[in-house]
Amino acid sequence: MVDIKVLISWIPIFPLLGFLIIGLRVHKISHRTSSYIACGAVLLSFLFSAIVFAQLLGMPSDQRALTVRIINWIGTMGFSANISFLIDPLSSIMLLVVTGVGFLIHVYSIGYMHDDAGYSRFFSYLNLFIFFMLLLVMGSNYLLMFVGWEGVGLCSYLLIGFWFKNHDYNKAANKAFIMNRIGDLGLLLGVILIFINFGSIDYDIVFPNASSISGTTLTWITILLFIGAMGKSAQIPLYTWLPDAMAGPTPVSALIHAATMVTAGVYMVARNNILYSLSPLALELVLVIGLCTALFAATIALLQNDIKKVLAYSTVSQLGLMFVALGLGAYSSGIFHMVTHAFFKALLFLGAGSVIHALQGEQDIRRMGGLKRFLPVTYLTFFVATLAISGIPPFAGFFSKDEILANAFAHNPLVWTVALLASLLTVFYMFRLFYLTFFGTPRADASRMNHIHESPKSMAIPLMVLAVLSFAGGFMNIPEALGGSNRLQEYLSPVLNAGDNKAVHHLDHATEYLLMAIVVGLTLVVIGIAYVRFVKKQLVPVEDGQLAGISRTVYHKYYVDEIYDFLIVRPIHWFAKVGDRVVETLAIDRIVNSFGHLVTASSHVLRRLQNGSIGFYIFVMVLSIIVILTLTTVADLGR
Amino acid sequence: MTLNLFYFLSFVAVLSALMVVFSKNPVYSVLYLIITFFAIACHYVLMKAEFLAVVHLIVYAGAIMVLFLYVIMLLNLNKETEPHKSNILKFAATICAGLLLIVLVGSLKGAELLLKARPAGDSAIGTVKNLGKVLFTDFLLPFEIASILLLAAMVGVVMLAKSEKKLKINE
Amino acid sequence: MIPIEYYLWLSAVLFSIGVLGVLYRRNAIIIFMCIELMLNAVNLVMVAFSNYMNDAAGQVFVFFIMAVAAAEVAVGLAILVMTYRNTKSTDINILNRLKW
Repeated sequence: MVDIKVLISWIPIFPLLGFLIIGLRVHKISHRTSSYIACGAVLLSFLFSAIVFAQLLGMPSDQRALTVRIINWIGTMGFSANISFLIDPLSSIMLLVVTGVGFLIHVYSIGYMHDDAGYSRFFSYLNLFIFFMLLLVMGSNYLLMFVGWEGVGLCSYLLIGFWFKNHDYNKAANKAFIMNRIGDLGLLLGVILIFINFGSIDYDIVFPNASSISGTTLTWITILLFIGAMGKSAQIPLYTWLPDAMAGPTPVSALIHAATMVTAGVYMVARNNILYSLSPLALELVLVIGLCTALFAATIALLQNDIKKVLAYSTVSQLGLMFVALGLGAYSSGIFHMVTHAFFKALLFLGAGSVIHALQGEQDIRRMGGLKRFLPVTYLTFFVATLAISGIPPFAGFFSKDEILANAFAHNPLVWTVALLASLLTVFYMFRLFYLTFFGTPRADASRMNHIHESPKSMAIPLMVLAVLSFAGGFMNIPEALGGSNRLQEYLSPVLNAGDNKAVHHLDHATEYLLMAIVVGLTLVVIGIAYVRFVKKQLVPVEDGQLAGISRTVYHKYYVDEIYDFLIVRPIHWFAKVGDRVVETLAIDRIVNSFGHLVTASSHVLRRLQNGSIGFYIFVMVLSIIVILTLTTVADLGR
Repeated sequence: MTLNLFYFLSFVAVLSALMVVFSKNPVYSVLYLIITFFAIACHYVLMKAEFLAVVHLIVYAGAIMVLFLYVIMLLNLNKETEPHKSNILKFAATICAGLLLIVLVGSLKGAELLLKARPAGDSAIGTVKNLGKVLFTDFLLPFEIASILLLAAMVGVVMLAKSEKKLKINE
Repeated sequence: MIPIEYYLWLSAVLFSIGVLGVLYRRNAIIIFMCIELMLNAVNLVMVAFSNYMNDAAGQVFVFFIMAVAAAEVAVGLAILVMTYRNTKSTDINILNRLKW
């Protein structure tokens, strides 16, 4: 049997090779070859991850940590960092999610990007993204995580601006990258602080010694790290890039902005759970921001009319919920919700892509409707996903959301109320989306309806697989109250409960049943309201110009983008202009040009030496002889 | 006695050298230079280098200066056609030469100390016989090469000074 | 005996007069003659040292210096004559092409 460490080292190599092979021959390679290479690479990574996971399960639970050192990257006196991978329960779960969902989306893209001219380029970028995400998740020190962090930001930029001939898409890509970088500054400062205080950036050295550092320093570190998570995982105030990132192709939105990249922040906080547990202030901050984001984004999603924008705001809101879980100390609940969210959010996005593909590019839900008859597979899978995200048992979302709500109630009933409100709003807008898209009479143009067709198999099969996962995914962590054994939580506990985590809620079963009943009951009520509004009464959202009052503010995302533009972007542009006109032109140009002028002027002077007159030359010769003789005589006499 | 002779000869040499530089007519310069050569030849005799004194006179005063006179007469130079430098330049030249004199004198200051131990013996090295012996045994190679040098100089001069019409016909 | 430094000083004076002449005059022929004067100053030093060190090498060297001086004068005057043919003057300020 091959050594497990070799298997581990090969997991990120396959996507990297896929990127290189396709990328270097991107103009000459055929569509078929590139799809085989790309999907094959990710499939191989998934299989290897599965083997590693099985291996890990076979080991006793307190020894489940494999470190594979590849090579020493930086080795200086004060600072040394290796390229080494850490496989423990947390990273093994992340590996499976990333490669598994990634593989399904690769297969989906074969059908979705079928007619696109940049087909091979797309797959090479996707493979590069998988590679960087794997680095992020598998890295055993902050440096490798940061490399992966930046790399996925880069791939996000490349993929959002994939159709680069459209200037607006380029602007969206820029926005995503720049906002990410603002967060990354916080992350980098946090890592630097870690290095200063711990002397190393290896997880193996930082985590065991965490309690020996002062609380204030740890609070600073964790807050700075969380700023990075704010940027990457689209929390307030760095969230506005995610809705604009819908400019990219739908598989990109599914993979990067639903299932994997935006969860990097969640992974990072969970990985650093020991540090966070020692800084209660930072945990409070995480909780508050998560809560505010969840509610805020949910309100915006209520009135959006672009199918992908609704899903984008939904992602922001769900990420907020995950951070609520982390902020409560229930790290494994956050990870659990992240896994189930990956399944049903990817499914939602792929389903939306299927609808868009069927309607040849229409994305406005006011011009959809009645698609139930024409797109049966899409309709069914979308329904499963909507049920999952609404938290209807026994779908996956129910178990994960229920855990978060139970933890919230145990901490503070107010937190529970706000989280519940956000969840109910989620149910409402998701079902609004569902009913307006699939039910009623078709509102699309006749030309589009004539060419409507169900998606090809390459798109339909991933939908079905994800639907099964969305249904069955919750069964990995059934709570005790319902007779389960919390298997995922136990699996993750060596990593996530190693510190002083007062993690798991301690509610008695009766309270839990009561809470579950309340939540499910309210959910059903909201579904009923949505049904009455959008199916019975067939209310269609109004056109853009006809909104008034508070609806208008909410529809325009509370004008946050405009506020940012006014407060931040314009002053920076002004500074740049001043810098160009004043500093650059007046000061720097003058200094640089003065060197040239100096040379020219001195050459004018020195030119006179060579005037060709022999008398002058003889004169200079005699003078030099005198000087030389004087110098040598004086030197001799001095000796 | 010898010392007085030395002083007299030195005075003549320096005076005529100065006149070489300062006289307006080139022919006068040539003549003064010949007087200088005579004075230096007498110095040679004082230093018991008789052969050298005679050779000096023959070569320099007899050949080289005559050559100069030929050229001056060929170019028909006289007092009126003589170009002059501006006064500032003349002044600067004088200063320069003076500085050079000072430096030379200063650098030759300790020379007499080198000759503390003066080898004994009759210095009859200036005679023809002794000089010839040294010349044809120790310094034979430079002697032969000097003859080649003179040959090359002759050929060069003939080539250089040919008139241009003749050059064109010969090509 | 005449001390050697007298001869050295005499030679230095003659040499610097030669330099003076080179710097002072603009006529090429006079400059040549002053160069001859400088050579002669050197000859004087050579003979003086040869006398005082009882070494014949000094006088032999004077021999060679004379030979070289003769050759040099011949060639130099030939060049001068050629220049005169082209520029009809012996002024050295006209010969200012030693640039660029």
